[in-house]
Amino acid sequence: MKTATQGLCVEEVHVWCGDRHVLKGVSLDLDVGELLHVSGPNGAGKTTLLRVVSGLLRPEQGAVSWFGRSISSVRGEYQAQLAYASHEPALKGDLTALENLRFAVGLKRRVTAAELGSSLERTGVAACADLPARVLSAGQRRRVAMARVLAMRASLWLLDEPFTNLDAAGSDLMTALLLAHVHEGGCALVVAHHDLTLGCTMRRLELAA
Amino acid sequence: MSAGTQGGGAGSRGRPVGVWEACALIVRRELCLSFRRPDQLLQPLVFFLIVTTLFPLGLSLQLSLLRDMAPGVLWVAALLSSLLSLDSLFKSDADDGTLEQLALSGQGLMVIVVAKTLAHWLVTGAALVLVSPLVGMALGIPTGAFAIMMVSLGLGTVTLSWLGAIGAGLTVGLKRGNVLLSLIVLPLAMPLLIFGAGATDRAISGASVAGALYFLAALCVFTCTLAPFAATVALRINLE
Repeated sequence: MKTATQGLCVEEVHVWCGDRHVLKGVSLDLDVGELLHVSGPNGAGKTTLLRVVSGLLRPEQGAVSWFGRSISSVRGEYQAQLAYASHEPALKGDLTALENLRFAVGLKRRVTAAELGSSLERTGVAACADLPARVLSAGQRRRVAMARVLAMRASLWLLDEPFTNLDAAGSDLMTALLLAHVHEGGCALVVAHHDLTLGCTMRRLELAA
Repeated sequence: MSAGTQGGGAGSRGRPVGVWEACALIVRRELCLSFRRPDQLLQPLVFFLIVTTLFPLGLSLQLSLLRDMAPGVLWVAALLSSLLSLDSLFKSDADDGTLEQLALSGQGLMVIVVAKTLAHWLVTGAALVLVSPLVGMALGIPTGAFAIMMVSLGLGTVTLSWLGAIGAGLTVGLKRGNVLLSLIVLPLAMPLLIFGAGATDRAISGASVAGALYFLAALCVFTCTLAPFAATVALRINLE
């Protein structure tokens, strides 16, 4: 394995959930401009791996580093460059789509309403900006969550099943956004249980059940 | 968007968001969420008003008896009503996944805990203090004692919000944690009840209230300084 100092490096990570050994020595590295597709059957630990990489879950064994430094030692800096989209869209039903974005992105960087509006436009939900998130469909919520990822202008995207609930056009849009992100020098770790075909070099990691 | 802004990280994205700015943003978010749900906002207040006005109805109409009971009734009702809304302090965010987003926002978890607890106090504690003269009148507390009653309630509810934040942090992962939350917070709130009711009682009888108020202030400072750490650790354990 090469040592990745140009991005993310996960070394021999072990995680136990009670008695269950969920991640059994997973290693990966992800350079700038690369995309990694993590696949595997249900219960293989894909989401757990994503939570470990995000820093939400500390592994019992192993290390995660960002540009050669442990993520726990550069937590604030690392989180500022990270956009995490969990399996659920993580939106407040009582807030409008735009407010949801403003409160989530505003903690990461100074952002104007116009910028947030253009993110919503890029994901095709500009018309929903002033609607409370609870009246949106599952697919629209997914698009708003993706707009949040865009607006964060993070270099590392961690996406958990980003294609769920999206229609054909939404899937194409998602693919295009991922490609654009990678071409602009970002990197992404995408968890998806199905095959991904993108027009760029994509590395794969298959987790066993 | 250029490659520079994408890959360059925080430095190229302007000045990072400061702690106070982040705090203000979270407080605004919490207030915004509270005012979108007026029923939940008013519940603790209405509970406080109803419970305290039930006592004059249930007891005999002797004003002296009512005045003797008033401080205890007032404080127990304040304690219980601020517990009502504690359950959702972190839980609602944990349930819909927004707590993870907050935890990964680049702001320390403690900033989030402090801001959310402050917002919680504003919509419950501060509101209780503001309506307490109404309750004071119903319980026959002389108007001269209102100022002391409000100050002691103010100090008490801040302490309560912090004790509650620790409890809410500990029980955030539980499905029905609100009973356990009460069991954790109520015993811790006993000194508060003793000195809070004591201060109000002494204010009614015209005795010196300094001792009790100082003790309440000390408790308030103590929890304000240490509870953020405890609540943050409790929440972090439950996030993992």
